[in-house]
Amino acid sequence: MTQSVVVQVGQCGNQVGCRFWDLALREHAHVNKKGLYDEALGSFFRNVDSSKCDGEAHSVGGRIQHLKARAVLVDMEEGVVNEILQGPLREMFDSTQLLTDVSGSGNNWAVGHMTYGSAYREQIVDTLRKAAEHCDCLQCFFLIHSMGGGTGSGLGTKVLSLLEEEFPEVCRIVTSIYPSAEDDVVTSPYNSILAMRELTEHADCVLPVENQSLVDIVKKIKHMSHGGKPGTVIRGESAIISGQGGLIGAEKPFDAMNNIVANLLLNITSSAPSPPLYTLADVSVPSRRLDQMFSDAFSKEHQLIRADPKHSLYLACALMVRGNVQVSDLRRNIERLKPSLPFVSWNQEGWKTGLCAVPPVGHSHSLLALANNTCVKSTFMELRERFTKLYRKKAHLHHYLHVEGMERGHFSEALSSLSCLIEEYQQLDATKGRLVPDAPRLRIAR
Amino acid sequence: MSVVTVQLGQCGNQVGQQLLHSLLCDAQDGQRKELCTASRERFFHQDTHGELVARAVLIDMEPKVINQSISRAARSGMWRYGETSHFSQKQGSGNNWANGFCVHGPAHREVVEDLVRREVERCDRLSGLLAMMSVAGGTGSGVGTYVTQCLRDVYPKSFILNHLTWPYGTGEVIVQNYNSVLTLAHLYQLSDAILVHENDTVHQICSQLLNIKHISFADVNSVIAHQLGSVLQPALTADSQGAYSRNPLGELVSALCCHPEFKLLSVSSIPQVPLASMAYSSFSWPSLLKHLRQMLISNTKMEEGIDWQVRPPAAAERSRSLTSFNTSLANVLILRGKDVYSAETAGFEDPALYSSWLSPQEAFSVWKSPVPFNKYEKSATLVSNSQALLRPLDSMVGGAWNMFASRAYIHQYTKFGISEEDFLDSFSSLEQVISSYKELR
Repeated sequence: MTQSVVVQVGQCGNQVGCRFWDLALREHAHVNKKGLYDEALGSFFRNVDSSKCDGEAHSVGGRIQHLKARAVLVDMEEGVVNEILQGPLREMFDSTQLLTDVSGSGNNWAVGHMTYGSAYREQIVDTLRKAAEHCDCLQCFFLIHSMGGGTGSGLGTKVLSLLEEEFPEVCRIVTSIYPSAEDDVVTSPYNSILAMRELTEHADCVLPVENQSLVDIVKKIKHMSHGGKPGTVIRGESAIISGQGGLIGAEKPFDAMNNIVANLLLNITSSAPSPPLYTLADVSVPSRRLDQMFSDAFSKEHQLIRADPKHSLYLACALMVRGNVQVSDLRRNIERLKPSLPFVSWNQEGWKTGLCAVPPVGHSHSLLALANNTCVKSTFMELRERFTKLYRKKAHLHHYLHVEGMERGHFSEALSSLSCLIEEYQQLDATKGRLVPDAPRLRIAR
Repeated sequence: MSVVTVQLGQCGNQVGQQLLHSLLCDAQDGQRKELCTASRERFFHQDTHGELVARAVLIDMEPKVINQSISRAARSGMWRYGETSHFSQKQGSGNNWANGFCVHGPAHREVVEDLVRREVERCDRLSGLLAMMSVAGGTGSGVGTYVTQCLRDVYPKSFILNHLTWPYGTGEVIVQNYNSVLTLAHLYQLSDAILVHENDTVHQICSQLLNIKHISFADVNSVIAHQLGSVLQPALTADSQGAYSRNPLGELVSALCCHPEFKLLSVSSIPQVPLASMAYSSFSWPSLLKHLRQMLISNTKMEEGIDWQVRPPAAAERSRSLTSFNTSLANVLILRGKDVYSAETAGFEDPALYSSWLSPQEAFSVWKSPVPFNKYEKSATLVSNSQALLRPLDSMVGGAWNMFASRAYIHQYTKFGISEEDFLDSFSSLEQVISSYKELR
């Protein structure tokens, strides 16, 4: 089995990352009754003998001694990382996996990317390399960050470009949390668009998540749990909110939402990256009825960004099913849903399917649908609008231009890169519904 | 004479294990000593403790399925794989033919050749090599093609039969059409015969004939194993002079693949009924053969929904190409079970079924065995070199071509060393094959 390393950058990135590790442990604990360090555990955790002074890792097959997450935690403020180190997961991370500073990035992409990016370059590379060296066969880096702030957005994308430089062969999958329109960080459009340029250049695959969608999903679950019968419905939420069975009293505001994203990451196992970048992710509420679950996966209420995939063009779609689902159930649902899903002309059968017999904790089955769909462009267009509103007035620009290495050119380049991307999606969209004739085949002379 | 099975990739290893298992179970069941000995000798050898060890090599770029196959075999208590007869890596091929063919294949060439050589040397006489793989993924298709190429180099005089599993038409892997096209084009130059099973067809057999509600890959593989097993289990052929044939692959190839442009073989087998119904079903040779013949000419892959309206064209109509009638180049009919010598097979010798190149006597062969196969009192299997695979092949090439026209996903292949030229070459070869089969009359 191959290994993956999770790199969590910034406040949001680390909070989500924390929920991810919590869920991962829970899942493995649920399945791994004998306490053996198996291949599956090995893909995300190292098994370390803490009695040995150099903490040498054990190979697969022995008993679990001490699990260390294959993770790198980066933040320019200490608050969140310190919380993690004081919380129940503290044993999972040792000091060589952390990179922190005290003053933060002030919600400024340039500070994160340029200032801290150059100051900490060597240390970042070092830490990443150490994490990679602990892996037998490293397949993929998962980067978790937000786009709206300074560290996750700026330093996070710097880390991404370093990953490409140092480990070009290793796949980079990025989970980016996009700010909603009512975001309290005024400059979030600047940060997001500057970061997007980097993602377009350096990421293999991006899973955009909008805070607003997460809020909507959480609201829906809250509604279900209070309106419906407690017994049946609480099971529904617990997949999305880590197995605690419902929202209990004083919960931190973003907890529920972070859980959704963490769950998403957990369900992504190894799979070949799709060529263009932006992939729409969806979390399906595992429902008793199998077919209903498949239908939900394509409905706009279950998407992690605010978009309706059914009315846009699919380039490709991956379905990962967990639990007691057979290949015939999968085929049947694909046949059933296909007519209502517009696929691009050259990829009419663009499905990738994966089956995993082990269901998530507390459920009989679940479905993750990852789609490469042109509906992501609406998110980008909205973002571009917000950006232009600020940029036209040159609002807050001086905060960025003061930073060494930062120029006006960066802004205009980032904007045009985004416009190009939107244009590409527009072109694909234009082909939707048009009956594109099959390309004329080669003729054989007889 | 023995057959060495090379199981490649996830599908190849799963189907291979089930094939060997059902061949052995059937041989022991039938309690006919001669058949049992012949079958065991063909696919297994005995180790120093008298245990049966498969003449097989397991290859994959991920360890999971190989481990499963090895332990499944061992659990049966009847046979096992050789302890060192397998090779796997960790990373897989990412559903990418180029990764399998250009990177993993060459990297592990020596190890794989070594493993096969050891099995071949254990055989008193080698009847041939059976390579089993799927075409949709990366390892079975890419590494499988590369390994076939190596085997062809090392054993130029041996028969190599490739068994391919074609994926569901509605997509299991996004780039399955690319992988399939590249595999088929290359194998056409390397293989002696290409035996195909389609997931769609087998799935239908499971749902409509076997009444399985929740079909799993184990069910699908078990049907494939049954059909393939009924071809490969020893039988009496025209050449074998009263004893079980010692040259199954050679006879299959010489009977069916008389022309290098025509190597695609399809398999149909009847009856296929659920085990529970077996006790209540009775079969007669005339009925079985009549159905099988109609299945052949109407190109129905199973014994349900047969179009009885399709008739072979009269001599005068031969020059017009009739799309619903399936013209054969050659057929091998394999009958197993009770009263097999009384079965009337003249219906298959009708010249109207065949193209005009071969006389019906040359085009049609019958193999028989008085021993029932896999609990079916009577069973008939047809291995056919005909237009049966034309439509799925055409749609595979068409789908791949459309994608290629937009250059979608091509960068994933070029980065491993497969150029657009290579793609074009593969497309041309397959268009040639399609054209040849279309013109068959």
